[in-house]
Amino acid sequence: MNNRIFDGWQGKPLDEILWSCRELVEDPSYPTVKRWRANGGKVAGHFQVYFPEEIAHAAGMLPVKLRGAPVETTRADSHFGSYLCSILKTSLEIVITGELELDLFVSHPICDAARNLAAIWGRNFDYPCQILYLPQNPNSRHSVDYLRDEYVRIKELIETIVDRPIHEEDLRKSIAVFNENRRLMRDLYEIKRETPWLIAAEDAYCLMSAGGMIPREEHNELLQTVLPKIKARQVKKEDRIRVVFEGGFCEQPPLDLIRMIGRSCYLVDDDLLIGMRWILGDVEASGDPLCSLTTSYLEDSSYSPVQHDNRKPKEEMLIQRVENARADAVIVAAAKMCEPGLEEQVAYTHALDEKGIPYFVSEFEENMNSFEHLELQVETFMENLLFA
Amino acid sequence: MSTQSDQPELVGRGNRDGAQLFRDWFSELSDTAKEGGQSAYVFVMGSLNEILKVFDLPVVFPEINSLQTAVRRVAHEYLSEAEDYGYSPDICGYVKADVAVQLRHGDHPMGQIPKPSIAVLTNACNTYIKWAEIWQRMYDIPMVTIDIPGTRESGCQTFGGDKHFENDRKYVAGQLKELITTCEEVTGKKFDIDKLRQILSYANEMSVGWKKVLELNKSRPALFNALTDGTIYLGVANGFRGTEAGGRYFKELVEEMEYRAEQGIGTLTEEQYRLVFVGVPCYPIFRRFNELFTEWGGTFVHSTYLWFASGGTNSGFEYDLADPIESLAEGVLLSVRDAMDSMFYQDQMLSSMIDDYGIDGIIYHPIKSCRTVSTGLADCRRHVAQQHDIPSLFIESDMMDRRVVSEAQMKNRIDAFFEGLNSRRQKAVVH
Repeated sequence: MNNRIFDGWQGKPLDEILWSCRELVEDPSYPTVKRWRANGGKVAGHFQVYFPEEIAHAAGMLPVKLRGAPVETTRADSHFGSYLCSILKTSLEIVITGELELDLFVSHPICDAARNLAAIWGRNFDYPCQILYLPQNPNSRHSVDYLRDEYVRIKELIETIVDRPIHEEDLRKSIAVFNENRRLMRDLYEIKRETPWLIAAEDAYCLMSAGGMIPREEHNELLQTVLPKIKARQVKKEDRIRVVFEGGFCEQPPLDLIRMIGRSCYLVDDDLLIGMRWILGDVEASGDPLCSLTTSYLEDSSYSPVQHDNRKPKEEMLIQRVENARADAVIVAAAKMCEPGLEEQVAYTHALDEKGIPYFVSEFEENMNSFEHLELQVETFMENLLFA
Repeated sequence: MSTQSDQPELVGRGNRDGAQLFRDWFSELSDTAKEGGQSAYVFVMGSLNEILKVFDLPVVFPEINSLQTAVRRVAHEYLSEAEDYGYSPDICGYVKADVAVQLRHGDHPMGQIPKPSIAVLTNACNTYIKWAEIWQRMYDIPMVTIDIPGTRESGCQTFGGDKHFENDRKYVAGQLKELITTCEEVTGKKFDIDKLRQILSYANEMSVGWKKVLELNKSRPALFNALTDGTIYLGVANGFRGTEAGGRYFKELVEEMEYRAEQGIGTLTEEQYRLVFVGVPCYPIFRRFNELFTEWGGTFVHSTYLWFASGGTNSGFEYDLADPIESLAEGVLLSVRDAMDSMFYQDQMLSSMIDDYGIDGIIYHPIKSCRTVSTGLADCRRHVAQQHDIPSLFIESDMMDRRVVSEAQMKNRIDAFFEGLNSRRQKAVVH
């Protein structure tokens, strides 16, 4: 059993705990992963958006979500051409420079650019670098059997890395840990929706994001400690616009951008790191656990521009998110050079126009550090809504 | 090198007949559009023409429509229209040109494009999915995505008999059966398995011929230019797959190439350097781009484009007519996987090609519009350079958008590349 890898927050006041989370999320050296490895643990790095982390967790590996990093791409640049989003380059940068060491890399064909990553990784690292083909035809009745087979394949691969079998009981225990984690994150998002004045947008983001860098047991402990403290805060509600942020499913906006948005409005829902909240309810813990994970992925999941499902037209799902959050407006964002995000913006804005929901269209890059112009635009947009 | 022939009707026949077939195809599409007939919108990587032809559905390849606007130098008009509609300058130019064609009710430089009755696509390119979603919104048509699981890890392809391969084949076969049901609903026609067998036999003729044609270009001098002539053959390989005309065309193309090989008849280029092209052509200056190389005696003897843009049918898979659905599933799985491999794991294919085709240099052409093909090229180049002592050139531009095509800059770099090749050859002679 590994020792705790995210330490020092226990027993501290809420603000200090939140600050620890911010420091962790903004630290591109992945200190928690280094501690995990120092304790002899193995690491499964998986690129955005969704990965069935329970399988790696059941093997005793640490699943780490690769979501880019605020770093200069001095070495990774020579592996890529132009016209690409930043997250591809910064994700490779932190690995190629040795900041983040992995024993397995898994990517998914989420977009044209990212589907190249397994090949690029494979040419540069000796450990297994794989593509997990999550179904893009979830409407086929054959997709359930196919995905279960694909999960079996990944399980067998992981067994060779940890050199031990993963038993069904291991998987059930992991599912239970992740079910608790999903429940706590739903709770966090309920605070955002119902009492957004109790937590700053960037703090809510960091609380969630930290889960991709530490064992979920530790994340559960963190959320179990922090959420009651947030609910107990005495903070006065302000007269602010309620806004949904859409466009953070893969590359993440810089924390300062989230903070800037949070200063101008209440960010009541978003798709930031949606893969961590992809499965909406509890995964069935009894029965065949891989079948349960498969069913939840296909039948009880969120939406994003990188998954096609005839049952989930993205623009209708966004409208649903806006209505559920009782939002007044939407920030329709996309990472620069993100093909699926940019394409979806058109469908989103047309649907919002039809519904008469105000929106603000924007692009971001994880490494952007100047927000004055954008802040002015956002503030003007919010004022127009407040005083229209 | 001879470029003369005592059978002038044979030499160049592939280009002439290919162009004619192309005109006929667009003429039929125009007729369909005018009559308000049905059509299927499909893509080059896994068109599923084999099934659609059973239902007599004319196939529309929006990728080909889009590239034609660039070749005809009007792409910018279409791109602007789509950008005005809301699409970003940073997304695929093919998508935007097609959006404009749809907004213009099918108006295209080569004729009238019919509206879709169904969209059929694979996951070989993610933009296919986003693209088809646009038609789904515009026309409320069935959108059938056939998931083709690709290679999971470099060098780890599986084949018939392997547990994981059989899982994949079962998935593809199941989806093909669902596609057949959807086609029956869309067209009101019953599926005819004997008609499928006939179509598969034509497709077999084409695949065998296509593979042979590509292999024949190992000849010295090269028999055809993979970038220019090859693109004509590619158009037929896509538009006429599963048809009698398509099968015949490739039989005759093999005949032409064998004759040229026997007679030593090459392309018009005085072949000095044998090159391979990696990526998608620069359609906004299609002919000129090629001239920048041929002026130096550079001939493109092969191109990864001819692999992936033919949906991997270059691998020559032949369907088993006794078991058509299962065999179609295996063929589609292997071919589309091969197409994906030639985009993501092309380093392995390039490595084998260097000796087989006597390659003197590799031209990498990543483009803004297509991240599927372009994202890994810089890394691939590094890797191939570590494995082989072979010069390469890396030039970025686009397949549609002339705003990012700088001919002068391109020429400077291409000239410098050939000067390097020259001096390398001279040094080799001295030593």
